[in-house]
Amino acid sequence: MFFEVDVERRVGDAMVACRFSAPDGLTMLFGPSGAGKTSTLNMIAGLLTPERGRIVVNGRTLFDSASGVNLPPERRGAGYVFQEPRLFPHLRVRANLLYGARGAGEELDRLTDVLGIGHLLARWPRTLSGGEARRVAIARALLSLPGFLLLDEPLSSLDRPRREEIMTVIERVRDDLRLPILMVTHDHGEAERLATRIVEI
Amino acid sequence: MLSAEEWGIVTLSLKVSGVAILCSLPLAFALAWLLARRDFPGKVVLDGIIHLPLVLPPVVTGWMLLLAFAPQGPLGALLIDLFGGTVLFRWTGAAISAAVMALPLMVRAMRISIAAVDTRLESAARTLGAGPWRVFRTITLPLSLPGLIAGAVLGFARALGEFGATITFVSNIPGETQTLPLAIYSKLQVPGSDAAILRLAGISVLLALAALIASEMLTRRAGRGLHVL
Repeated sequence: MFFEVDVERRVGDAMVACRFSAPDGLTMLFGPSGAGKTSTLNMIAGLLTPERGRIVVNGRTLFDSASGVNLPPERRGAGYVFQEPRLFPHLRVRANLLYGARGAGEELDRLTDVLGIGHLLARWPRTLSGGEARRVAIARALLSLPGFLLLDEPLSSLDRPRREEIMTVIERVRDDLRLPILMVTHDHGEAERLATRIVEI
Repeated sequence: MLSAEEWGIVTLSLKVSGVAILCSLPLAFALAWLLARRDFPGKVVLDGIIHLPLVLPPVVTGWMLLLAFAPQGPLGALLIDLFGGTVLFRWTGAAISAAVMALPLMVRAMRISIAAVDTRLESAARTLGAGPWRVFRTITLPLSLPGLIAGAVLGFARALGEFGATITFVSNIPGETQTLPLAIYSKLQVPGSDAAILRLAGISVLLALAALIASEMLTRRAGRGLHVL
């Protein structure tokens, strides 16, 4: 199994407990708002520390409360696309894309092509539309050459044509780049269309 | 126009304040970061100690500096051991008292701007492979730059006006520790110096105003391209 996750943590007043294992491909974490989907992604990315549990991705232990393993976020190899784009406001789009970039420059050209953001490189993030910012955020995460992708409601707050656009992008990442994806949604249609496997929380 | 003596007073003031702010800037920013971003036991006490010079009578702050930096005092003895010298009655001592008095204002301005940096941007940077130090350098520092600059300029203006702690700590020695406010005070004791006082007071106003305007302009420039997640 590519993802083996078993975590528990109190978040506010609620107890978030999540346990699943999933193969590569696109795994959908599906459930109502407030069920702890985002918290689970944060724990896998290393931004939130579980009280108890174990996270293994592709055979690599990222967290294990029993043996005291807890890799910092920068060493987990997660490409995280947050619910908000979280572009760095003081950097132009190009610098945002290159922030975590590893590897050669062709990668940038190829990805900006695939995502159709080549014409935005010199812009400031605040001048981008919602769909543009989302695509830049996805490209930025991909350019860090992650071992897997975490997508938190990547289609929320977009109009229908933009949703279609981003969904196509996600399908290409899944099928062409063959990058394992863990995606959070509360929308049944999205889950049905994109997922190779659905985990209900 | 200014006499040579008055020019000397102005340049000494600028030197004392400039050195005071440049040297205390890293400490002020580190303290501001600590107070904005970390919880630790004794945080309230540290906060209180930093702010003490703001509420204490300046003469008390000056007296405490005098105790600390006297040759038998803890810091004074250390300086003699390390450098074989003292800051008492020297312009360096004036810079120390200016820095201590300016520190709370600097820390306040910087703390607010650090707290305003969205930690979600910092965690995004972490997931992109940046370690804590790189995140600080490339995200936290540039995004809090307006506050850093505003704090430094505010501190500089405060240091220019520093009087009570300085005169208590390093006395009022022309050419060494006699900054603008101390010089004005001295001239007030001498009948018939109204013209000189007017010039020095005018320069104080001009310098303070220039500092505030510079701070405003720099803040705006640093703020370009910011806002909106």
